[in-house]
Amino acid sequence: MIPREYDVIVVGGGHAGCEAAAASARMGAKTALVTFDKEKIGVMSCNPAIGGLGKGHLVREIDALDGIMARAIDRAGIQYRILNASKGAAVQGPRAQADRKLYREAIQDILANQDNLDIIEDGAEDIVLDEENAVKGLITSSGAEITAPTVVITTGTFLRGVIHRGIEQIPAGRVGEKPSIGLAETLEKLGFPLGRLKTGTPARLRADTINWEKCKEQPGDDVPVPFSFLTEKIEVPQISCYITHTTPDTHKIIRDNLDKAPLYSGQIKGTGPRYCPSIEDKVTRFADKESHQIFLEPEGLDSNLVYPNGISNALPADVQEKMLRSIPGLENVEIEEWAYAIEYDYVDPRSLNRTLETKKAPGLFLAGQINGTTGYEEAAAQGLMAGLNAALQARAIKQNVSRETAPVFTLDRSEAYVGVLIDDLISRGAPEPYRMFTSRAEYRLKLRADNADQRLTDMGIEVGCVDTERREAWAHKKRDLENGKALAMSLKATPNTLKEHGLTVNMDGQHRTVFDLLRYPDISWVDLLAVWPELEGISPEIRKQIEIDALYSGYMERQEADIKAFKKDEALKVPKDFDYNSVGSLSNEVIQKLKQARPDTLGAASRIAGVTPAAVISLLRAIKNNSSRQSDAA
Amino acid sequence: MTDTIYALATPSGVGGVAVIRVSGAKAFSGLEQLGFKKDIKPRQAVFVSFRDPVSRETLDKGLALPFRAPASFTGEDVVEYHLHGSPAVVNRFMEVLSRLEGYRLAEPGEFTRRAFENEKLDLTEAEAVADLVHAQTELQRQQALSQLEGDLSALYRGWSRKIKKGLAYLEAAIDFADEDLPEDFDAPVRADFKGIISEMDEHLSDNNKGERLRDGVHVAIIGAPNAGKSTLLNAFAKREMAIVSDIEGTTRDILEAHLDIAGYPVILSDTAGLRPSMLGQSDQDKIESEGIRRAVERAEIADIVILLFNAEKDIMSQQDTLSLIDERSILVVNKSDKADSDVEEGYIKISAANGEGLYALFDALSERLKILYGKRVTPSLTRQRHRNALECAREHLYRAVTGAQPDLVAEDARMAMRELGRITGRVDVEDLLDVIFSDFCIGK
Repeated sequence: MIPREYDVIVVGGGHAGCEAAAASARMGAKTALVTFDKEKIGVMSCNPAIGGLGKGHLVREIDALDGIMARAIDRAGIQYRILNASKGAAVQGPRAQADRKLYREAIQDILANQDNLDIIEDGAEDIVLDEENAVKGLITSSGAEITAPTVVITTGTFLRGVIHRGIEQIPAGRVGEKPSIGLAETLEKLGFPLGRLKTGTPARLRADTINWEKCKEQPGDDVPVPFSFLTEKIEVPQISCYITHTTPDTHKIIRDNLDKAPLYSGQIKGTGPRYCPSIEDKVTRFADKESHQIFLEPEGLDSNLVYPNGISNALPADVQEKMLRSIPGLENVEIEEWAYAIEYDYVDPRSLNRTLETKKAPGLFLAGQINGTTGYEEAAAQGLMAGLNAALQARAIKQNVSRETAPVFTLDRSEAYVGVLIDDLISRGAPEPYRMFTSRAEYRLKLRADNADQRLTDMGIEVGCVDTERREAWAHKKRDLENGKALAMSLKATPNTLKEHGLTVNMDGQHRTVFDLLRYPDISWVDLLAVWPELEGISPEIRKQIEIDALYSGYMERQEADIKAFKKDEALKVPKDFDYNSVGSLSNEVIQKLKQARPDTLGAASRIAGVTPAAVISLLRAIKNNSSRQSDAA
Repeated sequence: MTDTIYALATPSGVGGVAVIRVSGAKAFSGLEQLGFKKDIKPRQAVFVSFRDPVSRETLDKGLALPFRAPASFTGEDVVEYHLHGSPAVVNRFMEVLSRLEGYRLAEPGEFTRRAFENEKLDLTEAEAVADLVHAQTELQRQQALSQLEGDLSALYRGWSRKIKKGLAYLEAAIDFADEDLPEDFDAPVRADFKGIISEMDEHLSDNNKGERLRDGVHVAIIGAPNAGKSTLLNAFAKREMAIVSDIEGTTRDILEAHLDIAGYPVILSDTAGLRPSMLGQSDQDKIESEGIRRAVERAEIADIVILLFNAEKDIMSQQDTLSLIDERSILVVNKSDKADSDVEEGYIKISAANGEGLYALFDALSERLKILYGKRVTPSLTRQRHRNALECAREHLYRAVTGAQPDLVAEDARMAMRELGRITGRVDVEDLLDVIFSDFCIGK
């Protein structure tokens, strides 16, 4: 008999839900993961890949907080590539193709072995709230009631999802799975502002019907670099992807059938992502481009399915077939599953706090695509933060601490991409499906994929979401890093000594340390080994970290100054019930935007689109007057 | 709710008309309280008998000119009261205003600040308002007006826009590395940045024209003791500012006169005479040495130096002065009334005492001012604040052009844009993404 009382209930078994449930359980909270179908936990519903630019950074950060995504992909990755390998460590993004089956199995295995976590196969019908709208539990589709002080909703595209293919419209969350209508109504009843977004997925092709000779091979990196700081070596066999491209013929077929494309006929109303346009969009908006690239990504080691990345659409099946067969290598291709577009409801994330708890219903957290994001990584990152904070709140309630004063775990823009993601969502909303890019992070040089553990693992240990294995591994690495850096900063030599070893620097008599010298583009670690043989004792992993840290150190000083200024604005809290009308000089438009987002800090207010610098100055003055008036009164 | 503010907009004292400006949410209701009972029509002057709302006594008869937000200088409701220009009327009227609910006297610059906060002006334009108000010469007025009309903002925004576009390309190359972007598509970015750098260089190397026009051109009079420097200063200033005597070394400190020469604001300074070789160690001499040190220092920072020679002595013997000749010098021989020496070409002969040759010197000075600070095609830099930010922006841009590692190049381009943004406004990440998505087909 499954017990019916929990600390945290997570609804949804996608990437956000899995990460939320695992994080909550790691925190020691008694956690229930409620999902329609156990077997679908950890399914990759779109492309079979994890990581990329910005996204890879998120995965490393999730890992640094002991999340599960990185460990799972390291058990399922079949082609690893570091993107931007030649462009500087700050913008290098790890990416891996996944074997769908292995990935799902890895996630399910990790969750099965997670203490404090039960998986309940059921749907979510309604959230139980008390008279103050605070969470009490959940009613499932089968009518059962589960009680818990906190609920994390991670239902992805299942909120009133509608699949479009040609003029066909099927209510569904994913192909063959039913959408959550009851939950959407519940959320609407609570008065959450809902919006509608659209995304798409390409057809799935049969590998044995593709003429691979006609495609260009794209191998992975020679030595796959793992995602997880805990993975030493990738044991999964590695395979290649292939590249082909559309032809003028393909474009003609699409153009001739635009009247049957729901995107163009007006059938689809939701906003789609600009960075992941459908092929209909590409040929229309970039009409002079004669060809578009398509990556043929194998779905697994022993799978006969191929995911043609770059050609998502919602055309009728017969047009799809004609179009695909006009592409080199796909002349005789057989299609296993047709492409489709999906429209779904999302909750305007400006109705959330920084912990991803809703402002309207205390104890109710939302994470993932329901908040208007796309991508597994963005979803997982939110899941982790929501799960952590739900567990913290549930624990506080048990100890008779009020919800309002419960401890929280948040990250800001200068600490992590996770912080950038959540701050963007809660202050700007998601006018189009939100995807992470490195250019969204103003402190990009600091927020690197290589140093995620240095930035976050100690914070994770402090809040309690890091298990023993990682705690020990990190303690070990941290000690080595500190020793290595101390050595690199203490070993120094004069220009004369360096010259004896063939290293040229300014003959200014200045002593330079190993750390200083690593900033010279033409001086390498090997050169320095000749000067200081004791550097031999530093492991390759630590050495690489010291090299990267040295390279960025000059820029880091200035960035630290910026971060200080940023933190000052972040420390300036806007009172929760602040009356924006009282500022006086704000335009109605700005007031409207501020009211929608209700930013928690002056910094967050300044990042809302449409809030001008002048408005921020007025706001600053008003807040200061307000607080001095209050302290006068007190 | 912010206060409604008021202030006298015309100079205080007796005059034909005095204007009191009122701005804020209660500007219109104030007009009603003061006696205007009809519909207020914006931008239509009305003749009103203004009354004290409490005592009902008439204050003055005059015009009220209302402006409805946001179509006003401050962006708020504004009423201008045109009253008879007597201090008694103005004081009484202001006293009545001070008693209206929510009214208070404006702080200095507060009208402009409100205009800035309501987006009526950007930062450079707001600065221009202050400059315009303080303009004392014709060229100062023209410069401030051009800045107020947004010429300077337009120049900086133009650069900012170009850098943003370039940065968008750099960011696209980073964030969409895996897409089939055109080969080398970010190559033109460096060329663009180089173009901006040379435009910035030109703008920056304007002899500090704008700042000089705003703050004054420094002209120093330097010469041997008793060459007549103080007499010359007095002649220019048309009043006795400096003590003049025949005793060498009378002037020890630096005296300044503010002049308007052909529209240029000039700060003319008189300095101690140069004779370091002759001084001993007495206290008196020490004071004079300090004066000479200051004179030389002033000569170094001055934009134009009038080197004054004494016609009574052989010019070639006035070594301390001769050694200071450089491209900033105007060479002048004084005391033409006392000694009729032939002077070499390039020297202007004057008598500061009787005024002979002063027009020639005046013309030479105006000519030099025109060459140095005359009209240029681009608007001028007017403030050190702008110069500092521009120099930082240029430095970052230079590093972006010369850098090799794309993440650092992009960082420097971002910093350059931010420095420019400090002058006028800011640029947002979403803007960048808009450029990227509108220019390239991105997305697998």
